[in-house]
Amino acid sequence: MPPSSADFIFQPIFGNSIFLTKPVLLVFLSVIVAGTFFTLSARKAAIVPSKLQFAGESIYTFVRNGLGKDVIGPEFMRFVPFLFTLFVFILTNNVFGVVPFLQFPSMSHIGFPVGITIFSYIVYHYVAIKKHGLKKYLTDICFMPGIPKPVYLILTPVELLTYLVTRPLTLAMRLFANMFAGHLLLLVFTLGGEYLLTSGLIMKVLSLFSFSFAVGLSFFELGIQCLQAYIFTLLTALYIAGALADEH
Amino acid sequence: MTGTLAIVGFGLSTIGPGTATGLIFAAYINGVARQPEARSILQPIAFLGFALAEALALFGLVLAFVLK
Repeated sequence: MPPSSADFIFQPIFGNSIFLTKPVLLVFLSVIVAGTFFTLSARKAAIVPSKLQFAGESIYTFVRNGLGKDVIGPEFMRFVPFLFTLFVFILTNNVFGVVPFLQFPSMSHIGFPVGITIFSYIVYHYVAIKKHGLKKYLTDICFMPGIPKPVYLILTPVELLTYLVTRPLTLAMRLFANMFAGHLLLLVFTLGGEYLLTSGLIMKVLSLFSFSFAVGLSFFELGIQCLQAYIFTLLTALYIAGALADEH
Repeated sequence: MTGTLAIVGFGLSTIGPGTATGLIFAAYINGVARQPEARSILQPIAFLGFALAEALALFGLVLAFVLK
């Protein structure tokens, strides 16, 4: 059976309640895993760090400096908890796609990316409105200063569309589509190998190639999953930085 | 012949991002070749650009599934 979008629909785990399916369970698991990991790594904080503390702190430093300080600027410390939570949550959920036995990136269900996108959408608009006031913020978006008047006819709708529709849409779609496509890619090679196993002798040998491709692509997917978590957080940081900037 | 036109649409939608990814890495290689010490600065930018361009092709893939 060729892989299709039907492979992303799971049966409920207990009885008929459609709430608790595998992706939802994975999201809960990701919260527990990330929470336990960072609690353990920060509990016995010492000047000479243990391996665990070192691992936890490098992730934190990466987000704080690479995504906070370098992108947002002097006011970055306010947003580090948000960015860090976002990064870790997306990362754990994505990496579930290649963890043996779990093997499903929960972000490949559009609902989860949409949820976190709504969160960052509210944050960057709220930050801008709080800093500039609603009126100035809207005029900044609609009428970018230093541009000849007739151009506003085209620019204003485009800018409005960018801020209100395109940004959240692409933010959610990018994460979802990457995870969806990645999982589908792995399915193609594993199901293809399985199909070849049921055919003749030569095909059985060829299925080895298919399976080893699936293993190789799993590592490629791991890279993509980390990259996507990074990019989602980076873009959120960029939008917050744009909201904090004096001139749009 | 059977199949859906959506797959052809996906094929068409990969042309743009494919070209874009090529251009991004061409620029990255050029930059590193001219100034090897700039590698660490250029690498994250190149990968950011790559991921942003690649996402467009994946939108095509998602639409190919949605518009079946």
